[in-house]
Order: sequence, then structure tokens, then C-alpha cells
Amino acid sequence: MTLLSFFNYWVVIILMMVGFYCVIARGNMVKKIMGLNLFQTSVFILFVSAGKIVGGSTPILRDGVEVYSNPLPHVIVLTAIVVGVAITAVGLALAVRIQEAYGTIEDDHLRDDFDEEDD
Amino acid sequence: MRVRDLFAAGMLFAIYSLVSAGLFTVLDAGDVALTEAAVGAGLSTILVLAVLTLARRYEHPVGSHNWLALSVVLVTGALLVYATLDLPEFGAADNPAQVHVGPFYIENSYRDMGVPNMVAAVLASYRSIDTMGEAFVIFAAALAVFALLSVRPRRDMPGVRRRHPPRSAASKGEEDEA
Repeated sequence: MTLLSFFNYWVVIILMMVGFYCVIARGNMVKKIMGLNLFQTSVFILFVSAGKIVGGSTPILRDGVEVYSNPLPHVIVLTAIVVGVAITAVGLALAVRIQEAYGTIEDDHLRDDFDEEDD
Repeated sequence: MRVRDLFAAGMLFAIYSLVSAGLFTVLDAGDVALTEAAVGAGLSTILVLAVLTLARRYEHPVGSHNWLALSVVLVTGALLVYATLDLPEFGAADNPAQVHVGPFYIENSYRDMGVPNMVAAVLASYRSIDTMGEAFVIFAAALAVFALLSVRPRRDMPGVRRRHPPRSAASKGEEDEA
């Protein structure tokens, strides 16, 4: 048990922080969706690294292999990747609709527009 | 993510997806790596590029850092790093995740399903209903995208205005093609 045995968690946390910051601080909607994707990928890496056994092998049965890594995290991550791309598609379609309706996909511009309306 | 050019950001994201696919291979998740390379690096990039042909390519420059957001993110990260100290060590064979239901599938999936690939056996047989639900999710997403994009914007719709006159948008498209 060394400090390095937690390194995978720290990589995941750093990726998650970058994605989180991108989602809440960036005004551009395409950037926000990229941040969301980054956040998702960090969770995938967390799951897959939790299923890894050092010295293990890909969970496909074959002769001469004794230790397999845990297949269950891989299955749930496969599902999550596909659902994630569906979310990306819907989010980008919303961005396209906002672009068509308001001519911008920047939060700041939209807020300015609404403020002008109020005045 | 300081790149203003969204095209470059999309390409960097594709590279990142490919690198993470390599990481999944190293972590013994071959199926996940294939899906990530196809979906993350391929399909997502195509979607982003398709949006960039319709929207502006360059992000509006933002001022300084958003310090409130940065502090929220840093506090969250610090709490999570503190929480990792209680988590099991990476890669040990006696981790809680490895000793509960995982070995059952490793031992029984070939006898039950006759498929050597355990990930495929679990995804398509043990959890086939869940995978069908996933297909419904994708179908719903496709319907939502179609519903959003098939509406023609009406110019007289209340609250609908163009920030830029349509002529400048057309000339911008020509610049991008050139």
C-alpha cells in the first residue's frame, strides 16, 4: 500500500475537475457539451480502473489464462458510452436550435438579449 | 480548454478520446476501448463538426477566470481526493469489487451462454432487457433530435430575433469553405 496505489483516482478527479469547470464556467454551449463529455469519460475511467486486477487479462475466455479482470464494470461503461453519445446528440441539436432562433450559442449574448427586452 | 477555435477544440477532444481508448486497452477493457474509439473519437467528433458548420466557429472571448466556479471546482476536487484515501488500492485481487458478484460471471457465463467473451455475454444475455432499454433511450434521443431540427424557424415568432443579419452568415460560410 503506497500513495501511488491511489494514482488512478487522482487522475480521474483531475479530469472530472476540468470537465466540471468547463461545464459551469464556459459560456459557449459546444464547450459546455465537451466538458460534459470529459466529465463522463472520467467516470468511465473510474469504473474500468476499479475492475482492473494487476496481472489480470481481458475477460475473454481462453486457454492458459487464470486471472481475468472484472467484466461487469466494462458492461456498464459500454452502456454509459452509448447513452452519453445520445445525450451529446440531443445537446448539440438544442444548441443548433438556439443558434437558429437567436443567432448565437453564447450564454452572455443570450443574457444581454433578455436584459434589453426587460428595459 | 482555453482554445477559442471550436474546430481545434473538437479535434483535441477526438485525440483525447483516442488516448483514453488506449488507456482502456491497458486496463483490460478491450470492448470498452473499441466503443470509445468508434463513438467517442468518431461519432462525437462528427456531431461537433456538423454543429460547427451551422454555428459560429470561434468562441466569443471571455474575460478573466471565473473565480467562483474555480473555487467550487477546487473544493469539490479536494473533498474527493480526501475521500480516495478510504478507497481500495488499485489493482488488488481482493478488492470488494472483485470478490462479490464478478467471479460468478467469470465462472458461469460460458456454461450459461456459450460465448467466450464475457462482456458480450453479460451485455446481451444476462442484461438483455437493460440493453433493450438502452436502445429505447437511443431511439428517444433520435426522435428528440429530429423533432428539434425539423422545425423551420419562423421569423415572426415572438422572441425570435437574429443577432447577425443573414447576409453576414452567408458570407462567413463562404470564408470557411475557402
